[in-house]
Amino acid sequence: MSSPTLTATLPAGGALSSLQRSRQRMAWLLVLPSLLVLLAIAGLPLARTFFLSLTDAQLSDLSARQFVGLANYIGDAGVLADPQWWQAVRNTLWFALLSVSLETVFGLGVALMLNHPSPLKALLRAAVLVPWAIPTVVSAKMWTWMLHDQFGVINAMLLSAGLIDAPLAWTADPDLAFTTIVLVDVWKTTPFMALLILAALQMVPGDCYEAARVDGVPTWSVFVNITLPLITPAVLVAMIFRTLDALRVFDLIYVMTSNSRTTKSMSVYVREQLIDFQLAGYGSAAATLLFLLIALITLCYMALARRRMEGH
Amino acid sequence: MLPKRLQATDLAYYLLLPLVLAFSLYPFAYAIATSFKQGSALFSSDFWPKSWSAANYVAVFAEQPFGQNLLNSVLVAGGVVLLSLTVSLLAAYALGRVQFRGRGVLMMTILGVSMFPQVAILSGLFELISWLGLYDSLWALVLSDLIFTLPFTVWVLVTFMRELPRELEEAALMDGAGVLTVIFRIFLPLLWPAVAATSLLAFIAAWNEFLFALTFTLSGEQRTVPVAIALISGASSYELPWGNIMAASVIVTVPLIVLVLIFQRQIVSGLTAGAVKG
Repeated sequence: MSSPTLTATLPAGGALSSLQRSRQRMAWLLVLPSLLVLLAIAGLPLARTFFLSLTDAQLSDLSARQFVGLANYIGDAGVLADPQWWQAVRNTLWFALLSVSLETVFGLGVALMLNHPSPLKALLRAAVLVPWAIPTVVSAKMWTWMLHDQFGVINAMLLSAGLIDAPLAWTADPDLAFTTIVLVDVWKTTPFMALLILAALQMVPGDCYEAARVDGVPTWSVFVNITLPLITPAVLVAMIFRTLDALRVFDLIYVMTSNSRTTKSMSVYVREQLIDFQLAGYGSAAATLLFLLIALITLCYMALARRRMEGH
Repeated sequence: MLPKRLQATDLAYYLLLPLVLAFSLYPFAYAIATSFKQGSALFSSDFWPKSWSAANYVAVFAEQPFGQNLLNSVLVAGGVVLLSLTVSLLAAYALGRVQFRGRGVLMMTILGVSMFPQVAILSGLFELISWLGLYDSLWALVLSDLIFTLPFTVWVLVTFMRELPRELEEAALMDGAGVLTVIFRIFLPLLWPAVAATSLLAFIAAWNEFLFALTFTLSGEQRTVPVAIALISGASSYELPWGNIMAASVIVTVPLIVLVLIFQRQIVSGLTAGAVKG
């Protein structure tokens, strides 16, 4: 696709036949609707967001605005000078790191169980799909209720088991709230990870296991030396998808702990500035920074993926 | 007799199985149990309600336009799926079956958009939606949800399109069939399992969407269910009507779980086509 001329991209044969040429034209026509839609609803708003970030616009009247250059970014009252922004960046990165690591570990465990021959296989798969099928807002509300400091069933269980002496304020206690958010996210998204890892496990050729069994290789050793290396590429791809997803976390935190500074993510911060405080210019600057950060991570991933594909 | 090491993994399996089942199923089961509790029973930590009451379900519909909210969600998610599928089937045919310059760049661009942080374009999208006069209307949500459903449906359908036999297409083109006939009359029927899975996943994504729905609607009548549930409030923020919230949660979740369980095979193949092969 980086070839300088059109003909160079074609298989041997030289000049384009008119049939090929019309087929290529048709391909572009078919892609065009999707491209136009994406340009209108993603490309254009992205450009406008960047433009607004250079102004002092208020959301209530976007047209009354003045150009302020980079003041929303690097000014004394700019995003980069706001400790709350940096707190949100730290929260988001930690959230992504912790939740994706835990999900990978648990997801691998559940995937191994799903891959284990058993009469209860269908039941297990159905059960594991349930948390995945539950909308995030519902999951957040459900867990908020179960973790309620006075009436929550989790506190009641832990108290009666003697594991805690007094009820815990899971979502209100600043020291606990972040952990709570991570755990609820892990509960909801581990199935996704498990399903992707299961797909990778099922692609491991059966004769690998057969040969190992004949040679009397212990199960643990088979797992570490055969299974794990074979599924690692797929697991990495799944982890990257989940990381990008976790970096934009919004629903869970907004519903469970919307006012807590200790759990605020970048997305929650941006929406707060933009909608609650009506600061379209400042909020757009934060949004642009968030975009740049995630774009950077995405580009790193794409470079890695491309290198991996070319390696094969 | 089975070798010894197999028995060890079996033992671990059957020890962990009840734990995994309980972790997966208990929270929603508890939500269902709560939704049938009434009055002071709500605040006892017993699992089963002492007396079953449907009052919370009645109250959800009486105290807010929840019926309307459900209809809104169905309309938005359905509209989004229909639009995404139509547009992306065209693109997926071109990207999956025609070799043309720029194909790789296009695929990467589409993948990039699917990883897009939606909040990053919130102000630009807000401006666009106000300019189109769509603020506080369901069309605003249909339009903005396409940002994440369209790249997803294109990407997944391309992987499935690619696997269809070439002879079929060539024979049809020889007979003078147009490209739209090939896509919608010949490929679509063959692709239906993939299309069903893709539609369902896109439907779920749009059904669950929260950020845009929260930001671009204002009145209770225009809300979709996730926003309606998030904003259910009581007399004070300390007295949330948990019975109503759980009843509403059960109503919006049960259809999803049923659909997911019916289509679980297709969903798994759709998810993995979207991610692992990427």
